[in-house]
Amino acid sequence: MKRVIALLMENQPGALSRVVGLFSQRGYNIESLIVAPTEDPSLSRLTMTTEGDTQVVEQITKQLNKLIDVVKVLDLSLEAHVGRELLLIKMEFSEKAEAEVSNLGGQVLFKDDNLLNAEFVGTSEELDEIVTSLAKLNPMEVVRTGLSGISSTAKTLTI
Amino acid sequence: MSKEKLSGGEALMRSLQDEGIELVFGYPGGASLHIYDALFNQQAVQHVLVRHEQGAVHAADGYARSTGKAGVVFVTSGPGATNAITGLATAHMDSTPVIVISGQVKSHLIGTDSFQETDMIGVSRPIVKHSFLVQKAEDIPMIIKKAFHIATTGRPGPVVIDIPKDVTDPDYKFDYSYPKDIDIRSYKPVEEGHSGQIRKAAKLLLNSKRPVIYSGGGVIQNDASEELTSLVQFLDFPVTNTLMGLGAYPGTDKNFLGMLGMHGTYEANMAMHNCDLILAVGARFDDRITNDPAQFALSAKKIHIDIDPASLSKIIKVDVPIVGSAKTCLDQLLKELKKNESKLDKNKIEPWRKQIKEWRKEHGLNHQMLKDASSSEKILPQHVIQSLYKETKGDAYVTSDVGQHQMFAAQYYHFDKPRRWINSGGLGTMGFGLPAAMGVQLAFPNSTVACVTGEGSIQMCIQELSTCLQYDLPIKIINLNNSALGMVKQWQDMQYDGRLSHSTYEDSLPDFVKLTESFGHVGLKVEKPEDLESAMKKCFELKDKLVFLDVVIDEDEHVYPMLEAGMAMDSMWLDKKTKTWE
Repeated sequence: MKRVIALLMENQPGALSRVVGLFSQRGYNIESLIVAPTEDPSLSRLTMTTEGDTQVVEQITKQLNKLIDVVKVLDLSLEAHVGRELLLIKMEFSEKAEAEVSNLGGQVLFKDDNLLNAEFVGTSEELDEIVTSLAKLNPMEVVRTGLSGISSTAKTLTI
Repeated sequence: MSKEKLSGGEALMRSLQDEGIELVFGYPGGASLHIYDALFNQQAVQHVLVRHEQGAVHAADGYARSTGKAGVVFVTSGPGATNAITGLATAHMDSTPVIVISGQVKSHLIGTDSFQETDMIGVSRPIVKHSFLVQKAEDIPMIIKKAFHIATTGRPGPVVIDIPKDVTDPDYKFDYSYPKDIDIRSYKPVEEGHSGQIRKAAKLLLNSKRPVIYSGGGVIQNDASEELTSLVQFLDFPVTNTLMGLGAYPGTDKNFLGMLGMHGTYEANMAMHNCDLILAVGARFDDRITNDPAQFALSAKKIHIDIDPASLSKIIKVDVPIVGSAKTCLDQLLKELKKNESKLDKNKIEPWRKQIKEWRKEHGLNHQMLKDASSSEKILPQHVIQSLYKETKGDAYVTSDVGQHQMFAAQYYHFDKPRRWINSGGLGTMGFGLPAAMGVQLAFPNSTVACVTGEGSIQMCIQELSTCLQYDLPIKIINLNNSALGMVKQWQDMQYDGRLSHSTYEDSLPDFVKLTESFGHVGLKVEKPEDLESAMKKCFELKDKLVFLDVVIDEDEHVYPMLEAGMAMDSMWLDKKTKTWE
């Protein structure tokens, strides 16, 4: 089962390596990981997706909580939540490609005679479909950020 | 009040003094020269120069385990730091408070593959509770304060402080002050157990017909032996200790089942397998205890008290998890039980006690083997431990290395007090025993300290005999010499048809008596059973000397009982031919 875990950690050198290291050390998989400083510059927020049954994920969250640099952990999959990721794409420019981007709900960010960059925002499943739909246009490069998430309940991941 | 101006090196030494540290183990080198100069210019902190950094960390660990205070180590960068790694991993697996302060190359050289540079923070990351890379001298007092707080509270563990050489520059001075309090927002260990869970636990204990109390190293670390003993005596329940927990409950008490697990007693393992309730305290259901977790104590309800939430239901799903310190939770539990004393029926578990007695009679350890030693052709390892026990009146600090001798010591030396049995249980580090004994002897100069070892393990940190001479440490080394890596040989005998692949030395062993003498100590050798007790006596009569007693033992002796891998706890080998299952 796919799980989404979000956490706040001290925004300092070494903190991220402790979180990532924990996963390899204990044999857990990280499917995607996204991290950036929060509005409070002393903290970074990290969202990761992983696979595992309830017992494994419970153990992961406990082990994460044990890290001194980790301030708070929230298993978003236990809550109502929304998750989005960003997809950027580069294709040869054609009117057909531009039309397809707009048809699929994307935005063209750059274009010239040769190239086109576009962005799509959506759930991971939506982006999977978009990638499939765009495959026929032979994109030169596709990049995804990984999922970022926030709960849709009163529970907040703040301090 | 005008503040004092100190350099980074001086601030480090002053912070250690302000933290109450009196003893540091270490080995100097290029990147730690400023630190060593600051150490030279003060008197409050004594430094012990080891012969290898691994010895420094084990010595600090032995000091920590025997005193409950943090052990401190100074090493230099690069090889100094990497030599400390085995010691750190040992401390991490057994949750002991050790602080390693490593020199690092100058800040501007970090990342350039400069001379003696190692990414110590990176290399040690998976085997520390936390680590700090010091970026400026002003941060030193706060980092020291935090490091000691983290290492010694909650579930204790090792902390690394990596200090680039420029940070300890004697020419850069700043206003020193040591913080009184600290607050780490992400680190607040819970002491008190949830009252609802405590009530549930008490109810289960009062209703149980076949209970076992299973306690581990956490009880010793948390100084909760008194609370454990009070609880056991109030309930009059059987209790077993893990390898790390020996001494938490008096080993000579009638309720004590002996150690459990891989080489636990028959009655302890049978009791665990057949009980209807387990109260686990400061123990972690590791693989050397549970054997196959899927077959572990299937008819038992399980209560688990642990300071580390991640230990609860990690391997075995428990019915009543309680997060909190052993000391506080056991105290809470005893109060709750006393409130319900009228519901305590001690006769209810009488058939269970009888059953345990029966098991002990059938296949319990023979603690009287020494009496018949003279009729034995060769000295048996059990004889040696029983003779050691007799000679030290059960009141020594005993450190050990890793292997058969460690298991024999754990089985046959009855520890009545906590912090007396010092061994590497989790990591199983050969070479731990002698340096750990140095730490213990320095902490307790007037106490008897014995290191039970084997000819394999002792050679892994033998260089520390030189340190023992420099600091006059009268450790008694009891070498169970079977001319083989005994535990490896045992497994090869049992599982590889006796193919002894590289577990013997082809007559290349040193003469341990001469070797010890060359280090300036006393060496004794004993080969005949009838000479064992007098040799042991002589060894301990030489109070002010380090004595290396080389005991030539039967090379074919195995440690039993032994759990059969992949099965339940009641599946044991009882001797070379007898097993408990079909």
